[in-house]
Amino acid sequence: MALFLAFKEIWRNRGRFILFSLVIALVTTLVLFVGSLAAGLSNANREYFDKLDGDLIVLQSDVDLSITASRLPLSLMRRIARLDAVQDAGPLGISNTKIENGDTPLLDVSLLGVEAGKPGSPDVISGRAIRLNRRYETVIDETVARRTGLGVDDTLIIKSTQGTDDELYELRIVGITESREFLYQPSVFVPLQIWDKVRPQATLNTSAVAEIANAAVVQLAPGFEPETAAALIDASLSDIETADIQTVVEAIPGYSVQQSTLGINKGFTFLIGVLVIGGFFQIQTLQKVPLIGVLKAIGTSTPAVSQSVILQILFITVFGVFLGTSATLGLGAALPEGVPAVFSLSAVWGEILIMLIIGPLGGLLAVRLASRVEPLKALGLS
Amino acid sequence: MKNIIEINNVSKIYQNGDIVTKAVDNVSLQIKPGEFVGLVGPSGSGKTTMLAIIAALLSPTNGQVLLEGQEMAELSEDERVKIRREKIGFTFQSNNLVPYLNVQENIELMLRMNGGLNKQGRQRALDLIDRLGLTKQRRNMPEQLSGGQKQRVAIARSLIHNPSVVLADEPTASLDSERAYQVVEIFADLIHEEGKAGIMVTHDLRMCQFTDRIIEMKDGRIANQYNGRDEICNHIVCDRLPPQVFQFDEQSQGIPFEELSVHQMA
Repeated sequence: MALFLAFKEIWRNRGRFILFSLVIALVTTLVLFVGSLAAGLSNANREYFDKLDGDLIVLQSDVDLSITASRLPLSLMRRIARLDAVQDAGPLGISNTKIENGDTPLLDVSLLGVEAGKPGSPDVISGRAIRLNRRYETVIDETVARRTGLGVDDTLIIKSTQGTDDELYELRIVGITESREFLYQPSVFVPLQIWDKVRPQATLNTSAVAEIANAAVVQLAPGFEPETAAALIDASLSDIETADIQTVVEAIPGYSVQQSTLGINKGFTFLIGVLVIGGFFQIQTLQKVPLIGVLKAIGTSTPAVSQSVILQILFITVFGVFLGTSATLGLGAALPEGVPAVFSLSAVWGEILIMLIIGPLGGLLAVRLASRVEPLKALGLS
Repeated sequence: MKNIIEINNVSKIYQNGDIVTKAVDNVSLQIKPGEFVGLVGPSGSGKTTMLAIIAALLSPTNGQVLLEGQEMAELSEDERVKIRREKIGFTFQSNNLVPYLNVQENIELMLRMNGGLNKQGRQRALDLIDRLGLTKQRRNMPEQLSGGQKQRVAIARSLIHNPSVVLADEPTASLDSERAYQVVEIFADLIHEEGKAGIMVTHDLRMCQFTDRIIEMKDGRIANQYNGRDEICNHIVCDRLPPQVFQFDEQSQGIPFEELSVHQMA
């Protein structure tokens, strides 16, 4: 009965309900777009960290956990690795450079120095991982591979400023890894010793062996909790600070501010959604008060009346959210590459869920209103 | 014959501070199957309150309301809703019909509410639609109907589920007198044919010429009662044929309602 009434009403007033579904669809699109952007921007900053085969990051102390400001002597890696709580530790060097391969335009990339076989060195999806620490070999991520058209066994040419001169370096591509963006740039991985030579720097580096990295990636020994392990590492060594990956990511300049700004945006859009859906169904129900009185007088139970309203809200919300999600995914497919937004259901399912919840939430007042209509209204007595 | 409705010493008293209002004051009445009662009186006389009490929409302050022998005060609110759905048919002054259901769906609604619509139910709906001269309009939406047609749909809805009591609250208030006569006339016929206990609240005394009894209320009490056509027509102007004579027989069946009414008027 409730189902029958709910759907007959929607069907016979389909123009109005479709129009309202479109409003929900637009709110959904807005929320999902902001969500996709937040996910994309976040991802562009932290994708490398998200896929990292480590649990903790060791940084220089007194740098406010800023990975770009941190400097760690390489000798420290061995000492960290020998600690009980640590399974293994690898160095991580962070820089950026430009790819200049023939006629392809310059592509800005993150240049990451890692040690072969140590945490921080990425798994590959084709070719092999970095194996030799003294060779000019590189693993590139698939974004770099796609944008440059280069593959395994090709030569990658990077241009770095050394002192005041631009120097070109040739690196042999040995493997390709999944997308691992870092600080808004796709990544190129090289052995740390090579990294130290080819990264842009103020003076030409002549030393044969790299002595510093930016940070250490730590894999925990089995049975150790990240928090206790971090405390143990901090207690064992001086001038360092250990943090989990999330904390390091949040300390990336601008990251937290950007995410909270987008979060506030999303929050307000959700609020608008609640109010719009609430308002619509409130007015819709107010118009029907005399009819609801009659329906109750002729024997419709209050639960049936409420059910009917809830069913309508659910249906319209689900329909609107479906339209909005489709529109967002379509929009995502149409946007040019390089827009830092992740348009995938997995990135925005939380937002979709919230949109589906705020429909009924906004409609609660209407349900309450409908359930409180007195059947005596039908006789004009209340 | 056993009474369908039996009301014993019913009062409805509202108290607002020191002011006590007796909307209904010690009323007793009985209604038999097939009896059509007109409940009249000036506004504020308690006739609508009386109707609400009979309809189980309002509990009396004192007294007893029996519907087919069942004491209403003993029932829970849910059970009263069920009684309204199963045993009572309603026609209101306005807002009767569900605007997004067509004529047939509006009528069948009572069957859906009472556990579903089957073949017999659908047939009964079609018969009633035919009987009320709405066959052509059966797929129309309420907004496409005239006032009289709307009230006839409401009457069909009030009877479709075979209730024992049919109640009408000012069913002719928004109709011109010709349409009003048509509506009340067929209402009276159906009540007589189907053996319902019928009550119509109205302020239009002329409509009461189709009833079997007029109960005149004043200040919450029954002021006068007129039983039977003779008494009624002594009291009010009867310019129509008595309802008893107006019966659908074999010959007249199938003649559209509108035509039939014209014939009756001549």
